[in-house]
Amino acid sequence: MGILLLQVKLIKKGAEADIYLIPWHGKDAISKIRKVKSYRNRYLDDNIRKKRTIHEANMLSNVKKFGITTPFLYFMDPVQAEIIMEYIQGTNVKDVLSDSIAFKIGRYVAILHDNNVIHGDLTTSNFIIKDNSLFLIDFGLSFFSERIEDKAVDLRLFKEVLSSAHIDLFKEAYESFITGYSSSTKNNINKILRVVGEIEKRGRYS
Amino acid sequence: MNEVTKISETMFGLGIESTAHTFSCSIMEYDIVKRNGKIISEERSIYKAPSGSGIHPREASRHHMDKSPEILKQCLKSANLLPTKLDIISYSAGPGLGPCLRVGAVIARALSSFYCKPLIPVNHALGHVELGMMLTGCNDPLVLLVSGGHTMILAFANKRWRVFGETLDLTIGQLLDQFGRYISLSSPCGNKIEEFATNSSHDYIPLPYIVKGNDVSFSGLLTAAKSNIKKGCDIQNLCFSIQETSFAMLTEVVERALSFTQKKEVLIVGGVSANTRLQDMLTQAAERQDAKLYSCPLNYSGDNGSQIAWTALCDYQSNHRNIEIENSFINQSWRLDSVDVNWRF
Repeated sequence: MGILLLQVKLIKKGAEADIYLIPWHGKDAISKIRKVKSYRNRYLDDNIRKKRTIHEANMLSNVKKFGITTPFLYFMDPVQAEIIMEYIQGTNVKDVLSDSIAFKIGRYVAILHDNNVIHGDLTTSNFIIKDNSLFLIDFGLSFFSERIEDKAVDLRLFKEVLSSAHIDLFKEAYESFITGYSSSTKNNINKILRVVGEIEKRGRYS
Repeated sequence: MNEVTKISETMFGLGIESTAHTFSCSIMEYDIVKRNGKIISEERSIYKAPSGSGIHPREASRHHMDKSPEILKQCLKSANLLPTKLDIISYSAGPGLGPCLRVGAVIARALSSFYCKPLIPVNHALGHVELGMMLTGCNDPLVLLVSGGHTMILAFANKRWRVFGETLDLTIGQLLDQFGRYISLSSPCGNKIEEFATNSSHDYIPLPYIVKGNDVSFSGLLTAAKSNIKKGCDIQNLCFSIQETSFAMLTEVVERALSFTQKKEVLIVGGVSANTRLQDMLTQAAERQDAKLYSCPLNYSGDNGSQIAWTALCDYQSNHRNIEIENSFINQSWRLDSVDVNWRF
C-alpha cells in the first residue's frame, strides 16, 4: 500500500496479526496484517495466513446479512494477508464484561449458529462495545457448518474463556450467555449443551 | 499426628512418584525462611515397554513393585537421612494409571503409619508446574504443560491454575507415542522422533492443522500421519512434518494466550518440553510478545519424585494440613484446575 509510514500506527501486536491504525481515503481505518510467523514451516504458514485472511474478509461481510454488527470491509489482499476495515473506536469486552453483555453475546452466537456460521474463536477480546452496539471481530478461524459438534465447540471455548480469564464472573456470565443463546436459537439448546459435556469428557482427566 | 509444628527452619519431605512409567523417590529440603527448596537426593527407575507397544498398566505397576524397595533405600542412603528425620511423606495421587498410582500410595501409607509422619497426596500435574517454577525462578508465568498425560495452557488466578487452552482429544505425548509405536519405536518415542526429524531432508508433508480458538486437536493429525505411512511416505520427513505441524499448533495457542493475558513469562514443563524444536518455536513466539521463555531443566522435565516432594512441602507449609490414612486416596482423573493452591497469591 502506498501509505506514508509516518501515518501508520501500530495499535496492537496480536497473536495472529499486527493491527495498524491507518488513514484510508480521509478516514481512520484498521489494517490487519497476518505477518509471517518465523517459527512456522513456510509452506504451512503461507497456507494458513492466506486461508484465514480470505475467510475473515468473507465472513465480515457475510454475517451482516443476519444482523450481526461487524466492521465494514474496505480492502483485502490475500498475498500480503492484509485486510483493511472500518475502525471501531469502542471498548473491548474483555475489560468490561458483565451479565448483560454476556446475554447479548449469547444472542449473537445463536444467530450465527442458526445460520450455520461457526466463529471458531469466541473470546471476550473479540467483542467490542461502542455506543451500546456490540461488534464482533476476528473471523479468521470461522467456517460454515451445520454440525452440532462444531457449534458445541464454539460454546465450550467461550465457557473456557469465562472460567479462566473471567473466573470472578464465571457463574453468572455463563448463565446469562446460555440464556441469551437459548432465547434466540431455533436449535435445541439442551442437545448442544449435551455435546459440550461430551467434548469436555473427551479430553483426558475430565 | 496432626499439627506437627516445627520450630526448626528447614523441613525434609519425601516424595514418591508413580503415575505412569516412572517410579521415583526424592528427598527435598524446604527452607521456611527463604521459602525455597533443595533436592537432596533423587532416584528413578523407568519401565520400558516392548517396542511397538505402550505402557501396560499392570506390567508397569509390577515394575514399580519390584524396584520400589531398592529406589527408596538408595534415595534415603544418598540423602544420608534416616526416615525418622523426615517431616512429611507425600505421593502422587493422580492423575495417572490406577495400578501404578496404587503402588506409590501403598508405600507412602506404610511409611506414614510406621514412622508417624503426616501424609500428603499431591496432584501430579501441579507438581510439574510448581517444580518448574521453583527450578527456573519465574514468578507469574503462562505455563505450557506438555507430556504424555497433559497438553494444557495454564495461568494462575484466584487460588487455582486456570486452563486457558488444552487439547480436545489426544495429548501431544500421546500423538508422538502412538505414531512412534506405529512405526515400531518403543514409548516414550519423543526422543527418537526428534532425532528422525533432525536427520530428515526437511521436506514438509502437509498434515491437518487444527486450532479451535485456544484449543488444539491432534486426533486427525495422527490418522493422517498413519495413512501417509501406508502410502509409503518417508518416515523421517513424516516425523519432521508431525513436529512442525503439532508444535506450530501449540505455539500458536500459546501466543494467543500470551497476547490475551499479557503475561511476560512463559514456562514450559512436562516430558515433551525436552524437545529442542518446540523450545525454539516457543522462544520465537515469546519474543514477539515481549515475553521470556523458561524451560524446566532437562533432567526434571519428565516425571520425577521431586515434583511431588516439593509441592507437598509447599502445601504442608501453607496450611499444615495432612490426610488421615483411611481418607487417603488416588484419583486417576484428578484435574489440575480443581486443586486449591494456598501458597500462591
